[in-house]
Formats: sequence, structure tokens, C-alpha cells
Amino acid sequence: MGKYLVNLPAVTGRRLVIALPLIWLSVFFFLPLVETLQVSFTSPRRGIPPYEPLWGIGDDGFFTNFTTGNYALLLQYWSDYFGPAFNSIKLAFFSTLVCLLFAYPMAWWIARSNEKWRTILLVLVMLPFWTSSLLRIYALIGSLNPNGFINAAGLWLGLIDAPIQMMQTDFSVYMGMVLTYLPLMILPLYAVMVRLDADLLDAAADLGGSGVQIFRTIILPLTLPGIIAGSLLVFIPAVGEFVIPALLGGPDQLMMGKVLWTEFFRNRDWPVASAIAMLLLAILTVPIIYARYQDGRDAVAETPNPKQAEAG
Amino acid sequence: MSMKLQKITKIFGKTLAVNDVSLEIENGEFLTLLGPSGCGKTTILRIIAGLENVTSGVVQLEGVDITNLNPTKRDISIMFQDYALFPHMSIIENVSYGLRMRGIGKTEREKQAAKWLETMQLSNTQNRFPSELSGGQRQRVALARALITNPKILLLDEPLSALDANLRIRLREELRKIHRLIGTTFICVTHDQEEAMTLAGRIGIMDAGQLVQVDAPRRLYERPKSSFVADFLGTISFVDGVVASRDKTSITIGGDLNICAACGDDLPVGAAVKLAIRPEKINLSRSKSGDVNEIEVVVEDLAYLGFATNYRVKTASGQMFKLQQQQRRSLDAPLSWGEKGYVHFDPQDVIVLRD
Repeated sequence: MGKYLVNLPAVTGRRLVIALPLIWLSVFFFLPLVETLQVSFTSPRRGIPPYEPLWGIGDDGFFTNFTTGNYALLLQYWSDYFGPAFNSIKLAFFSTLVCLLFAYPMAWWIARSNEKWRTILLVLVMLPFWTSSLLRIYALIGSLNPNGFINAAGLWLGLIDAPIQMMQTDFSVYMGMVLTYLPLMILPLYAVMVRLDADLLDAAADLGGSGVQIFRTIILPLTLPGIIAGSLLVFIPAVGEFVIPALLGGPDQLMMGKVLWTEFFRNRDWPVASAIAMLLLAILTVPIIYARYQDGRDAVAETPNPKQAEAG
Repeated sequence: MSMKLQKITKIFGKTLAVNDVSLEIENGEFLTLLGPSGCGKTTILRIIAGLENVTSGVVQLEGVDITNLNPTKRDISIMFQDYALFPHMSIIENVSYGLRMRGIGKTEREKQAAKWLETMQLSNTQNRFPSELSGGQRQRVALARALITNPKILLLDEPLSALDANLRIRLREELRKIHRLIGTTFICVTHDQEEAMTLAGRIGIMDAGQLVQVDAPRRLYERPKSSFVADFLGTISFVDGVVASRDKTSITIGGDLNICAACGDDLPVGAAVKLAIRPEKINLSRSKSGDVNEIEVVVEDLAYLGFATNYRVKTASGQMFKLQQQQRRSLDAPLSWGEKGYVHFDPQDVIVLRD
């Protein structure tokens, strides 16, 4: 009894700590998700909100407007949606890859700097977030334009004879994506790298590991959680990104985000838009959940079996 | 000759971390570098391992200059302070890592690793991970991992400081046993003098980047060459004085206290000296006994330890002595606070220092 009384404040404190983010998540994440799911199973109407209620209790008792028509529509016109979905995933995938290639050495360098410099460098990484993302993209447009800063400088220095077409190309789109999402990749990588004990690297070198071997056997496996976290942080929002490709890319690249926007705001067909959103969510989360599941199984499988002879 | 350091100096920015250190280490020796933190002992260890460059000086291993050799290519292993076991690898993978880096196949390297784990009595931990092991087990894994490549020298960086006090004493014995068993040269760095005294065949005392004295533990304690070493190892009382008279085998200092000390050195009359006496060499009694060195004192403070009593006594002129009295007969009434008594000590037990 006495034990309970003593522990009571600690337990309530702990519950409160867990409850606050839980309430936050359920109000601002889970409930809207349920709402979107509901909307994806109703039909549109003229009015506010622009869709029929999924269910309710009217004069004739319980009624429902449940329909799978929106998903059937997506299935029927799948080829119209497949292209944008493929474009979005391709863009997100390569943006993530390029971000990783740039962020990994940067994060490593920051994590290995002395403490005074680390803070300054981290602030520099986050500094672009202090201005509007749209503003940064317009600044990029200003530099990449045929008569923009880079071309002007190149011409003036005599490096080029005519302006290079950089806008409305893959180059400009990926420039925009990497500029926007790079910090999201650097920060989780930095977080795992700064915790990486330098003695482990010395120990590996002392035991005869070359630079490449140390990277492969020590650094890479120990920074893998950061790579995964950073990749998810970049990939997930990048799939839904449509501002950057719309502003920096050519007209031929239709993105999923743009399709969603059109359905919501141009066609005012919220149920179909919700269905697209749910499908996109499924496409994104299923592989992640599967990867997590596989991860757990690998950890069990990786317990080394000495009888299993395999030269490595 | 296994290892030779010649005039090693290391400067970090503006700080002189290692200052002109020369040292020779025999094959199979267990040498400990002892000093307060920041004295440069770990830097020397890292220089030997090749993890740090020297500013000047030469490192030789069996007559070969290895000063600028990559750590990977040296036959030297290091055991890190917190053991630096790879957290994502099982124990057997950790131990066999050195062989893996040398391109030895999995079957062969795990066979050898298993043998080392057996030597370290860790066979049952093969498939566990470092986080699942106790501090003592981790230390033995780190030893096995460092020794599997058959290094000529094993460097140990504060090998026991990550452990709690009881375990430390047990693992000290274990380290000595392993050293005897495999016969590799061990060079150890520590700030714990008890650890250094019990582990090593020889101790090098370091102070502010310099190697002050290298000797067997007993000689360091009984015959320190400087007041730093005398003061650093154990407790000691210093008496400053000037040589008042001397004969062939001893000197006597004058002034407030007349102390006779055995001294074969050629110290002229009038030379300033510092005499030092260990607490257990001083005897405290109520009455005069007629010894050569006998000084009247008053008990300032005492601490009863059970097996002995530590006293701090003061002479009329203000000279302090720290001494330890073993009470052989339990019913003897010991001297108490404020009581008057006499301290005695043999001239042979007085250490004569010139700094």
C-alpha cells in the first residue's frame, strides 16, 4: 500500500508524459486520417462539406452512403494515375538518394568537428528553414534562369558562350528537392554519428582495418538507423511534393501531389481525392511496415551460427 | 630489446603533451606508465600504437623504426579504456575481427577466436552481444580481441578504470595471470597507483609530459629520485634542511631539527636538501629511547583504521610528520589528541632528495 502511495506521483507523471503526445497524435493525426478514410467511401455532392456523410441517423433511422465507387474509378482509370504515381516515387527515390550522398559526408564532418564548431555548423544546416521554402525556390529560379546569376557569371567569365538551359529540367527539380530536404537527411545522420564512439574506429584501425573496411564493417552498420530515419524523413514528404516540380520542372512531369490538388480544389471531388490519398498512403506504408517486419526477422536470423561455414 | 622510444616529443597546438621521453622496454615485460590525468601517458600509448604522430623522436620496435608506420601495419594491439567492443557484432565476431581484416576465412578465424574465448573462460558467450556481458567479461573479450593477431606488444589504456572496486582487484590478478600465460609485452597506462604497483614489473612515473623515473615498484616507493615521485606514490613527510655535517655514510641536517640520514652521495656541508620519510617507517612512543633520530612532538590528529592508526604530529618548530602505527598488542593505550610523545626513525629509512 505504502509503495503505491510513494509511486503514485511518478506513475501519473510518466502517464502524463505519454498521454500528451498520444492525445496530440490522435487529435491531429489519427482523427483526420479516419475522416479521410470515411470520405473516400462516400460520394460527392454540391454543398459544404462537398461530400455525403458516410453514415448517420436520419428520419428513417440509420442510413449509410457507403460506396467503393471511388476506388473502382481509380482502378478503371489506373493508367491516368499510374504515371503521376510513378513520377512521384521516382522523384522521391532519387531525391532521397542524392540527399543521402550529400548529407552523409556533411553529417560526418559536422559530427567529427569540435564542439564549438558543431553548434555553428548545425545552425548553418538549419538556417535555410528560417526563410520560407517558396522564397528559397524563387531564389533558385533567379539563379538558374537563362538570364539568371549563374549563366550571367559564366558568360561574363567566358566559361560559356550561350546561356545553359537549367530551368525546367531534371537538374533544376533535383536542385530544388535537395536544397529543401537536405537538412532532414543531415540531422538524423548527425544524431547517430555524433554518438559513434571514436574509440571504435581506432580499435578497428588498430586491428588492421583499412579505411574502406572500417567504413563497411563499423561505420555503415552503426549509422544505418540514421540512414533509414533520414531516408524516410525525405522520401515520405517528397512523394507528395508538387510545388517544387511545378515551379522548377517542365510541364510534362505530372506529380501525384498535383493530381491530388486538382481533384480536391479544381474538381472539388473530395471522395476521389481521399481515395487517391489513402491509396498513396498504403503504397508508402506497406513497404515500410514490411521492411520493419523483415528487420525484426533479420535480427533473429543474424545471430551467427558457427557451424555455418561461409568465407566473408 | 622489444621497444625503444627515443626523445619523443608531441605538441598539440600550443600544449606540450609529451616532452622528450626516452624509454626502453624489454620483451615480455609488464610496464606501467603512471601519472596524474593530463600528464601525457595516454598520448605516449597512442604514439606507440600509431594512432598519434610524433612531433619529433623515434619509435623502434625490435630495432625497426616504426615512427611513421600506419597503425594497421604495426604488430601492436591496444585495449581501450571502455574496451571499444563493436556493439553490433557478437562476441565471436568481435574477437575474430582482427583476423577478418587480415582476410582469413570465417571457419578458420572463428576456430581461433573460439580458442581464445576458451583461454579467457568465455566459451559460453560466443553468440551474445557486448551489451549482454558484465564488465569483467567485456574486459576479457577485449583482451582476446587484441591478442588474437599475436601482437608483439599489447597496450592497455586504463584497463580497470571502467570497473567497480571489488571487480578491479580480482581482474588485476587475472591480468597478471594472462600476462604470465602468454608472455606478450604489456604496456599499461593508469592514474591509479595501487593498480600500477600491483600490476607492473616496472613503473614509469610521468609528470607534465615528462618521464620522471622508471623503476621497479619497490625502488620507486623506497628510493624515489624526486619529491614529485615521493609525494605521488603513497604518503610521505618532507623535512627541508641544510647539510650541517657529514661523514662517509651519512649526513646530518641542522637547524630546528637534527636529523641524520644515510647518504653515500657527495653532498657538501651547506647544501640544501629535502629529507623524506614514509609513515610506516616512523615510530611513535611516549618516552625517550635514545635513538639517533628522536624528535619531541605533539599529536595533532589521528585516525583509527583498526589494523593501524594514522597520526599527524607536529614538532615545537611546526614541522609536521605523518606516520602510521600498528598496534601489536590490543590493550596498549595509544597516544591521543594533544598528547606529547617522541618520533623515532632509522637513518637508513630517510630518503635524501636534492630538488
